[in-house]
Amino acid sequence: MSMISLNNVTKSFGAVQVLKGVTFALEKGEVGVLIGASGSGKSTALRCIDRLETIDGGQIEVAGHRVDDPKLDLRKLRLDVGIVFQSYNLFPHLTVGENIMLAPCSVKKVGKAQARELAADALNRVGLADKVDSYPEQLSGGQQQRAAIARSLAMEPKVMLFDEVTSALDPKLTGEVLRVIEKLAVSGMTMIMVTHEMNFARKVANKVVFMHQGLVHEQGGTNILSKPETPELQDFLSHDL
Amino acid sequence: MTFDFSAVLTSWQMLADGAALTAKLASITTITGFLIGTLFAIARRSGGRVLRGCASAYIETVRNTPFLVQIFVIYFGLSSLGFSFSAITVAVIALTFNVGAYTAEIMRAGFDSIQRGQWEAGECLGLSPVQLYWHVGLRPAMERVYPALTSQFILLMLASSVTSQISAEELTAAGNFIQSETYRPFETYIIVALIYLALSIVMRGAFWGLGMALFPRRRRLGTPL
Amino acid sequence: MNTLLNINHLLFLLEGTWWTVVLTAVAFIGGGVGGLAIALARIAPADWMRLISGLYVQLIQGTPLLVIMFLGYFGLPALGYNVTPLTAAGASLTIYVSAYLGEIWRGCLEAVPKAQWEAAECLALSKTQRMFKVIMPQAIRLATPPTVGFSVQIVKNTSLASVVGFVELARAGQLINNSIFEPFLIYVIVAVIYFCLCFPLSVFSQRLEKTMARYGARTADAA
Repeated sequence: MSMISLNNVTKSFGAVQVLKGVTFALEKGEVGVLIGASGSGKSTALRCIDRLETIDGGQIEVAGHRVDDPKLDLRKLRLDVGIVFQSYNLFPHLTVGENIMLAPCSVKKVGKAQARELAADALNRVGLADKVDSYPEQLSGGQQQRAAIARSLAMEPKVMLFDEVTSALDPKLTGEVLRVIEKLAVSGMTMIMVTHEMNFARKVANKVVFMHQGLVHEQGGTNILSKPETPELQDFLSHDL
Repeated sequence: MTFDFSAVLTSWQMLADGAALTAKLASITTITGFLIGTLFAIARRSGGRVLRGCASAYIETVRNTPFLVQIFVIYFGLSSLGFSFSAITVAVIALTFNVGAYTAEIMRAGFDSIQRGQWEAGECLGLSPVQLYWHVGLRPAMERVYPALTSQFILLMLASSVTSQISAEELTAAGNFIQSETYRPFETYIIVALIYLALSIVMRGAFWGLGMALFPRRRRLGTPL
Repeated sequence: MNTLLNINHLLFLLEGTWWTVVLTAVAFIGGGVGGLAIALARIAPADWMRLISGLYVQLIQGTPLLVIMFLGYFGLPALGYNVTPLTAAGASLTIYVSAYLGEIWRGCLEAVPKAQWEAAECLALSKTQRMFKVIMPQAIRLATPPTVGFSVQIVKNTSLASVVGFVELARAGQLINNSIFEPFLIYVIVAVIYFCLCFPLSVFSQRLEKTMARYGARTADAA
């Protein structure tokens, strides 16, 4: 059984149908990359996986949870799914360490001392061990994003979702974040990334899903990035430098 | 026209007692008013249709009727229901009732000022709605609207003067008594006004100190949120 | 229940309501004139003007209205002036309102972009012409929503005039209660009447604020 599977997912915002029947799947330990032009529905599809948006039709299954089931226990889903946002969304009034410790203490009822160790460990993995007592505004964009990744990792999810996490960063800071994500991929984390970083996708992805106007237009391994079959994907890649 | 302040100042003990009660009323109702206000703000934002309607009705009623009339309605309402509370208890209830509505609007603006991404990030970490409001919403919201909250609670302290009308023996009531004994209304009320002014200054200082304790990030970094 | 609330009582309440409106108007006009003077003084080039008006505002805003009422009602006769409750209440409210409106209007004058002052100066307009032909019209537009909002406060504050014996709505209620002893019922009716006076003003003020927000966005783009 796939770790993540979307089957014929539809979603509209008012009169606009953003997802018109999206279908793809990802196995455990695989890295999936969602690419496409703005408006293709890729971010929406990602957000639907973690129930940030509810779908109108179809099925979504993640780590054994039926996301489209209205009776789903959201907390149980969120224990298994971690998500990192484009705008980091760190809590500004808490230090980096407190940001990371918050969920383990409040949701998993971990003790303070143990949570502090978890936080130190997570910060080590992303290369920010010395920033545990800093506030988010004291960090660069790249550091904030890595802290956000650490915050999600501390909950030990089965699946990680990355929503254009480097789009707001300049090239230098982008690199440090991508290195962390690559390390994560190598360690066997199942993940889906919505990204414009084609080179990174070529290096790290197991599966590439190209979305166009609310549908999966083409999907396959990284070979479709070098040898796109459909004209839309060819067009999309040709604009991408 | 001669002014004789000494006649008033010999009753300094009464003024001090009145001021102490005013301070006590202000302190208690700041806390109770903040609690009620925050709960109603949450109700107005995240409650079901009935809860939201009740919250709006409460807030609009308080904001569109005079405090004096609210005190009388509560005072006579409670006694007609058979309760015989002390004047101070009724004063606390009425002041809380009043400031709770204004605080609810201030806190609602505070919660609204938090970006959606913050709530989403907390939700995706598995926090429950209550935990979201407590850990993610409360302190940033308070920090954003702290000046408005401070002003509101100082106004509350000034509004406590109206409770003299239900015989609460706070500062204005003390002034009323003293001027009726000394026949020096001008001097009496000038001194009373100056004491209120002093209380406002003390309150402002207390809120500043409280802010430093509540908002460690601001204390350490000095930047706005 | 010895005597029921009858139509005469309701008419008396309406008469009180009328006097509430009168007192509100007096306070608004008097406080408006005073407020304008304060606002202009707060932004005057002369230091002493700014200081004195600033102290005045701090003093009035730090004093409960009830104390100001007592000062007016008891204090003025002690100074030798014989005043009716209406005059005393009117004077006290005028002082109170002038401080608050002064601050609101000062904020609005200061919110008019500096560029407007400079443009007017460069067109060789005199100081008075600058103020009244360029700055004021814009400040008035900005000031309308908060002023309407504050007028709700004025209506509510007139209830304190009852304490010094002026027969407005709240006092009318007290007097009726002295004869029929139904305080809860009477004050609920009084509250409802106040609500009917204030709520439309509140709604109007909120609507103005929404219009201003849209207008403000447009002018910001134009500038």
